[in-house]
Amino acid sequence: MKLKGLFSTAVAVLCGLVVLAGYFVRLDILVNASNTLITWAILLTAFAILLGIINLLIVHVGKITRKQKGGFYSIILIFAMLATFAIGLLAPHFPPASPAFDFAFRAVQLPVEASLMALLAVTLTYASIRLPRRRLSVFSVIFIITGLLVLLGTAPLPFLGDTPLVSDTLRPTIAQVLAASGARGILIGVALGALATGLRVLFGADRPYGGK
Amino acid sequence: MIGNEIILGLVAFGVVFLSAGLMLALSILRAKNPPSFRSLPAFDRLRRAVGRVVEDGSRLHVSLGRGGLVTPQGASALAGLSILRRLADLTSAGDKPPIATSGDAALALLSQATLQEAAENSGQLDYDPSAGRLTGLTPFSYAAGAIPPIRDENVSATVLMGNFGIEAALITDVANRSNTFSLASSDNLAAQAVMYATAQETLIGEELFAAGAYADSGPFHASSLTVQDILRWLAIAVMLGGALLKAAGIL
Repeated sequence: MKLKGLFSTAVAVLCGLVVLAGYFVRLDILVNASNTLITWAILLTAFAILLGIINLLIVHVGKITRKQKGGFYSIILIFAMLATFAIGLLAPHFPPASPAFDFAFRAVQLPVEASLMALLAVTLTYASIRLPRRRLSVFSVIFIITGLLVLLGTAPLPFLGDTPLVSDTLRPTIAQVLAASGARGILIGVALGALATGLRVLFGADRPYGGK
Repeated sequence: MIGNEIILGLVAFGVVFLSAGLMLALSILRAKNPPSFRSLPAFDRLRRAVGRVVEDGSRLHVSLGRGGLVTPQGASALAGLSILRRLADLTSAGDKPPIATSGDAALALLSQATLQEAAENSGQLDYDPSAGRLTGLTPFSYAAGAIPPIRDENVSATVLMGNFGIEAALITDVANRSNTFSLASSDNLAAQAVMYATAQETLIGEELFAAGAYADSGPFHASSLTVQDILRWLAIAVMLGGALLKAAGIL
């Protein structure tokens, strides 16, 4: 391992151990050191957002200069990004800019995200129809039947109201017994996996900060 | 109340300490004899897809999700970075480096560092910093930004690994329409459900964290998987014991 990698690994492992120790051993010195390190991490993350936005800008400027497909959308993105950034900088010092900043979110960002959410409903319906053709297995069949039963039990039928047996017995059993117990099992597995991943980073076996 | 907190803290510390000790011991013991794992079709297909990327000169797209490193979702982001590193090494013989998209700025920076290091290790001098990209900071803007690389940049395999919400379905749907292989995994339950319906291969639950071990990332990954199994059996025993004690009226 190069000296730079060794140094970054040592710093990362030491910081990780201090934060972990501060969580379990409630000594003032450890808790304060742990809180300070977490605050530094949050500050660095905030600065990373600025770098990330510059990266986004560079990627889209590159798309325009290389005349790649979708370059026109990149022009719109850059224009919107710079305009929103300028309004955001002006807003605290120039009160008329503040409503424009709110407008950018309410009139552009929110409707676009809501449209994508609506598109997602169609996408999922279509994907569920195609699922048996793409991956025909026992689990796929169970997945589709469960989805249909929950839908039928949740949405009342026109003129008939709730579906007998499905709305009052089957759907609650699926949602509150089968799905809830399965979900808890998956979440326990995810928590154990997260613990193992954290320990790998603490041991320096995984080094996302570089230095193989 | 405070007594309970101290006991829970000690139990948690005991679990972490036990896991760390087991992981260290197993990685030393099994360094020469790596354990064999049950076959997961998703990883078999991923290996084939990576081989195809190298052979036909296409690109691999790894999407790392939106898990912030200072949030509880950071572990899934780290697992994603780990598999990105391994896949970047495996595809280094190909014509084009992988693309990594993220919905968190710090994660995007780390993906750039990971890709740069993989490029340097394989002797590629022309590393493109735009290969690691931040595509958006909200769930849907991130998903919308991760779609164009799949369509426009000759991608033949898309791997989603990290913290995603239901917006992941938009990415996997485009991957399907572009006839590219898609493997998806998230630590979020709703995302796992939509991924099951839309992706070609899905990793459920802790399989996300097993990716490193299946991609031959080293003895620590293999031993961490064994530790996960031991802890799972321990959790099952504790739950069954608790249920029996409750039924007997002792608890």
